[in-house]
Amino acid sequence: MTPANRPLSPHLQIYKPQLTSVLSITHRLTGVVLSIGSLFLVWWLVAAASSGHAYAAAQSFWGSWIGILLLVGWTFSLFFHLANGIRHLVWDAGYGFALREAYLSGLAVLAASAALTIIAWVAGLLAWTPR
Amino acid sequence: MSARDDMRTPLGRALGLGSAKEGVAHWWAQRVTAVALVPLALWFVAAIIAHLGARREMVWQWFSSPVPAILMLLFLAAAFHHLALGLQVVIEDYVEPPFARICTIVLMKFVAYAFAVAGAFAVLRMAFGG
Repeated sequence: MTPANRPLSPHLQIYKPQLTSVLSITHRLTGVVLSIGSLFLVWWLVAAASSGHAYAAAQSFWGSWIGILLLVGWTFSLFFHLANGIRHLVWDAGYGFALREAYLSGLAVLAASAALTIIAWVAGLLAWTPR
Repeated sequence: MSARDDMRTPLGRALGLGSAKEGVAHWWAQRVTAVALVPLALWFVAAIIAHLGARREMVWQWFSSPVPAILMLLFLAAAFHHLALGLQVVIEDYVEPPFARICTIVLMKFVAYAFAVAGAFAVLRMAFGG
């Protein structure tokens, strides 16, 4: 089969990044990040169900700096994917496609995911009493 | 009937599978699980915050109540179904050639459902106390 000798559309890096396109790829990226996070959730549940030793290992991981860094990343990813997912559901219902609306909802998604991440971690640090 | 509708054969219109030949089942399941995950994910974050640093006995006690156990099982079911559908699209977009693509999707689904069942089993074990 010979490749068609015709003009191709420019590749992704040719285009100037815009809020709409950046949020779109971030939605996919956070989806993949959350998929990996859900494997860690199952690890934690299985550890808790298995033995004191396994649970202690899991808990010390979550208390480490890398564990906390991952949790912060997953918290933001979850709130972003949640907020932008609702934005997608509104689009699916047929609303919010005007350029100005798409930008405003994009900014709202960013503000909501940042605010919810901060709220969750303030609440988390207040609730996180070593027991 | 508009001219656009006439472009499809009567059989094609009845089947309603479209050019991707799989209809709207994948798309719809992605949306249904997304809607379910809105309240479930919010509950999940709040519940995890409430159990930060919890000792193992407290986790067991948490899941010994029916409502948290059922909500966690629903969360696992919706989340893993949703992520398997989502990762499938990512793989379809980026993995070439078709044989490698199909193998990657099957492997991903095996891993996703194995983890989902493992998580559910862990919750049930704690729920029923043994």
